[in-house]
Amino acid sequence: MSISGWVTIAAFLICVIAMTRPLGGFLKRVLEGERHLLGQIFGPFERAIYRIAGVRADEEQSWSHYAFAIIVFKIACFVVVYGLLRLQASLPFNPNGMGAVAPDLAYNTAISFLTNTNWQSYGGETTMSYLSQMLALTVQNFVAAAAGIAIAAAVIRGFARRSAATIGNFWVDLVRVTLYVLLPLCVVLAGFFVFEGVPQTLLGSVTVSTLEGAHQTIALGPVASQEAAKLLGTNGGGFFNTNSAHPFENPNALTNFVQMLAIFALGAGLTNMFGRMVGKERQGWAIFSAMSVLFLVGASVLYWSEAHGNPLLTSLGIDPSLGNMEGKETRFGAIGSALFAAVTTDASCGAVNAMHESFLPLGGMIPLINMMLGEVIIGGVGAGLYGFLLFAIISVFMAGLMVGRTPEYLGKKIEAREIKMTMLAVLCLPLVMLGFTALAVVLPAGLSALSASGPHGFTEALYAYTSAAANNGSAFGGLTANPFWNITLGLGMMIGRFFVIIPVLAIAGSMAAKKIGVPTPGTFPTDTGLFIGLVIGVILIVGGLTFLPALALGPIVEHLAMLRGTLF
Amino acid sequence: MTLHSHRSAAPQGGQAPRQRENAGMIRGDLLLPAVVESFRKLDPRIMWRNPVMFVVEVVTVLTTVLLVRDLVAGGTHPGFAIQINLWLWFTLLFANFAEAVAEGRGKAQADSLRRTRTETRGKRLVIDADGRFTPEGLYDEVPAPELVVGDVVLVQAGDFIPSDGEVIEGIASVDESAITGESAPVIRESGGDRSAVTGGTRVLSDWVIVRITAAQGSTFLDRMISLVEGAQRQKTPNEIALTILLAGMTLIFIFAVATIPSFVHYAGGHISVLILVALFVTLIPTTIGALLSAIGIAGMDRLIRFNVLAMSGRAVEAAGDVDTLLLDKTGTITIGDRQAAAFVPVMGVTEQELADAAQLASLADETPEGRSIVVLAKEKFGIRGREMNALDAHFVPFTAQTRMSGVDIGDRQIRKGAVDSVIASLGERNAAAGQVREIAAGIGRQGGTPLAVVDSGRLLGVVHLKDVVKGGIRERFAELRRMGIRTVMITGDNPLTAAAIAAESGVDDFLAQATPEAKLALIRKEQASGKLVAMCGDGTNDAPALAQADVGVAMNTGTVAAREAGNMVDLDSDPTKLIEIVGIGKQLLMTRGALTTFSIANDVAKYFAIIPAMFVGFYPALSTLNIMHLATPESAVLSAIIFNALIIIALIPLALKGVSYRPVGAAALLRRNLLIYGVGGLIVPFIGIKLIDMLVTGIGLA
Repeated sequence: MSISGWVTIAAFLICVIAMTRPLGGFLKRVLEGERHLLGQIFGPFERAIYRIAGVRADEEQSWSHYAFAIIVFKIACFVVVYGLLRLQASLPFNPNGMGAVAPDLAYNTAISFLTNTNWQSYGGETTMSYLSQMLALTVQNFVAAAAGIAIAAAVIRGFARRSAATIGNFWVDLVRVTLYVLLPLCVVLAGFFVFEGVPQTLLGSVTVSTLEGAHQTIALGPVASQEAAKLLGTNGGGFFNTNSAHPFENPNALTNFVQMLAIFALGAGLTNMFGRMVGKERQGWAIFSAMSVLFLVGASVLYWSEAHGNPLLTSLGIDPSLGNMEGKETRFGAIGSALFAAVTTDASCGAVNAMHESFLPLGGMIPLINMMLGEVIIGGVGAGLYGFLLFAIISVFMAGLMVGRTPEYLGKKIEAREIKMTMLAVLCLPLVMLGFTALAVVLPAGLSALSASGPHGFTEALYAYTSAAANNGSAFGGLTANPFWNITLGLGMMIGRFFVIIPVLAIAGSMAAKKIGVPTPGTFPTDTGLFIGLVIGVILIVGGLTFLPALALGPIVEHLAMLRGTLF
Repeated sequence: MTLHSHRSAAPQGGQAPRQRENAGMIRGDLLLPAVVESFRKLDPRIMWRNPVMFVVEVVTVLTTVLLVRDLVAGGTHPGFAIQINLWLWFTLLFANFAEAVAEGRGKAQADSLRRTRTETRGKRLVIDADGRFTPEGLYDEVPAPELVVGDVVLVQAGDFIPSDGEVIEGIASVDESAITGESAPVIRESGGDRSAVTGGTRVLSDWVIVRITAAQGSTFLDRMISLVEGAQRQKTPNEIALTILLAGMTLIFIFAVATIPSFVHYAGGHISVLILVALFVTLIPTTIGALLSAIGIAGMDRLIRFNVLAMSGRAVEAAGDVDTLLLDKTGTITIGDRQAAAFVPVMGVTEQELADAAQLASLADETPEGRSIVVLAKEKFGIRGREMNALDAHFVPFTAQTRMSGVDIGDRQIRKGAVDSVIASLGERNAAAGQVREIAAGIGRQGGTPLAVVDSGRLLGVVHLKDVVKGGIRERFAELRRMGIRTVMITGDNPLTAAAIAAESGVDDFLAQATPEAKLALIRKEQASGKLVAMCGDGTNDAPALAQADVGVAMNTGTVAAREAGNMVDLDSDPTKLIEIVGIGKQLLMTRGALTTFSIANDVAKYFAIIPAMFVGFYPALSTLNIMHLATPESAVLSAIIFNALIIIALIPLALKGVSYRPVGAAALLRRNLLIYGVGGLIVPFIGIKLIDMLVTGIGLA
């Protein structure tokens, strides 16, 4: 561990805090349909889209209509992406002559991108045509992220409105977020990446002769634009197989730092938007604080774990001062890799710049726990906020009872219906994460894909399903996906997305219909350190404790065995 | 029919609410029936109402079947399995026992109520061709159950009132101790606000004619019996929400535990169903699951022992949520009676002269106001109360027509009464009339009531009657403010008087010159801004407001209409109880919340006990997780399951008594309860399991 490492973590958090408020303010303007500069410039374009699509922008939807619109939209997305991948061989922009994508892989990839997971069972440069990358995948990077933010906005409206029947219009939210938030930010970020040396071209791969005289194919393509969308929309699907570890995706320490900021930017901004929309910015900061505490603890443990070398290697006389460098890029070092791993799994991004499988057991456990908690630490754009609100509802419920009142959050009573929906949403994560892992580690089709044995192999499987259900998309590594995995992971991603979204929107609907009570000294405040502590406790105990047996059989036993001199 | 003392049934303001019985929380004589009941409640048809315990029952039956199979097959060392099985059954029985104990007290009370109701007979009056009855009393004696709504019965001294009804003629003193526990008789009369009578109570003197208003099976006594028995107990909204939360967590732990065999298989180990069941039962929230219904029953019971009947559990919960309390001034904020505070004479009359006349006028006046005038005159001027007979005085009582009372001593006529009435009786031209009006207005502004005194046509001055604010009420309101509850005083007084009393009592707001419509409007306004409102009332004109309020407490002395409209009935007719009712509602929710938190926090320690025990066979490295240093895997599992069962028994008193409630702000309350039940819930099981482990290994059970 070094001072500079801790300074990096601190500097990162400070930058995130600095971004939160301006982004929150802008997001609110966009999603509340208020006037803003970009709206004045692109407004005619926005209205043209509505005219062409036949959307009546002034008509709001009830929660069920909002949810229905999402489902329709997602089915359409699936058809388009699946079709493009299957037909890419006969479509243009295929300079490298890629063949059709196999059915199970095309299904897995389509689900993966439309659920904002971006789990990649393929290597981009060896599987996808440029058209598939741009039209199928990059488009999803925008609209899947935009849908996430739209849902968060709809949920917040549920909390902010009183006695209302509607929670917004999905199509309008989708268009506005894409047009005014994601596109402009991506243009700026892509420009920065190009400036730092990330390629942006439609030319095919270049074949060069190396100094040794061998031939090497250097994959190129429209990388910078996809990179920007991958990070800002917490998608995480890289252009290349090695994702942000590839020098063309993430050339240097500065781009690495900016990439991490881009991952947290909108998720952090949404907490502030929440505060602004419910009329109390402090409520947003309370959420942000709870998230920050969990982030700091995770990042610190991860950095601590990776900054120490492997004790077994150290005992063989290898200098541990650089930390555990297996599977890490030297241009990022232990801190650049550890912090990135924490950020990407906190935020449901899934971009990786190091091999999580090569982390020490505890270092590998932190990303796993981050995802198991439901990606509520900043979280995926939109998904992080509404996921957090589920835990906030449980916390409010318990706290409310403990002060002797029907629980209230932001003046809205939490009743049986909200608890039912919350539990439905919270249930689906352990179901997928543990249930599918239990299948995979006993079925031959599941076992055959694992590269390691013992607890490490177990962690590979657990990590994959955890990543899928949490819509993270990062891979532990070591897994060679076969049809069994592609199908089950695809199912996991769907359940993890839609079995959360629908209950969450139902909560938004019933919340919107409620009256807003007036805060009195008898209602406990939800913007204080006490409540922040309670939410953290609930997230860890309700969200995390379920996974303790699985963790004990994976990273924990591996760590303890390592201390006794056994590696897996 | 007029009544000499129209205050005979006035609320007993200021008294501490009386409890029906102050015996310990768990009565010894109820324990044995509760034990029997615990076994009867194992019936799955009863059990399934409680999802958490129902799941425990299912897995317990499963392990017992497996145990029997192993015993038949001649398995080796069944001792451990038998013990785990026994403790699983104990867990179920303890949960049932908690509920049975809570119900037991209600049952005992219901039985005594039933005895009261025994075979009463009613004297149904014969109605003649014109639809009238003869007061002289031609009646048929019929058993009470045969009476229907609309029947008219005669109840004479010594008779039991056969069913709920309204007095349509007559006046009687009634012993209502059967339902209120209060032995002092109350007056019931036709007309006015005290016309309701309750079946099962007994007329002590005089007679009344009662029209039956309740059908058999829905009388007050019936409702009370079903209430205390918990027969009609429906889950309250918060209880339903909590049950869903607990069921959800149970499901989550099903996933967590059901996937373990597959994980263990992968790791090359083996795990028995018994251990999995033990882990599962310890992880799911059995503590709160077991005590949940006991907490609810005990909450209702606490109200009943407080002599308040809640018509639904929903109302009790709503009481905890109340934001605004509407309190009647008289009897709640001020003691029911006004007291003389000063003599204000007109010009040319001495204070002593006025005091003397006022005292004479009040000598025979038995009302508290009259007495207070006698006392004040004595205190201020040493004028001793004289004997009416010695003076040959003739008492002139108060009537609604004259609105004056006084004495005639020979030709001398001394009267006291409402200023307007007194002046009207003298004629407006009276010299001092203007001056008396001026003084009266001044008294009104200070929140007092003026009483003019006239001696044979000569206006002497005004007695200043003052509303006396109850001692300690200011502190109560400050307390309520800290709880986040706003108090509004309701009074028929003019705004000036009301403002003065409001300021003196420290109430947050007031509604002066309150009409039933104004009351209703105020409640609606508060509710529209998202607040929950509680109020109490007794008159028929209170009924709309009682029905509109979220918590409407009707006084038992009140009319049938008021009692039907409210969702609680206060048998003591003490309006100050509203404050305690709020506390009881809060306590009910707090107890649930605290035990839920405790139950969930317990899981951390249980994991640390069982996970190493489960896995250490094939991953020895995991013994590091055995931070409690439990002796063996068997002892660890056994200790965890014993702790899990015993904690239910240990917490029964808390569930019945309720978490202590202090009127501090919500933030402070949350901090305190989180510290005790959250942090405590984390630590206690570590200590408990360790101690049980030492004991279990010490006596060689595992």
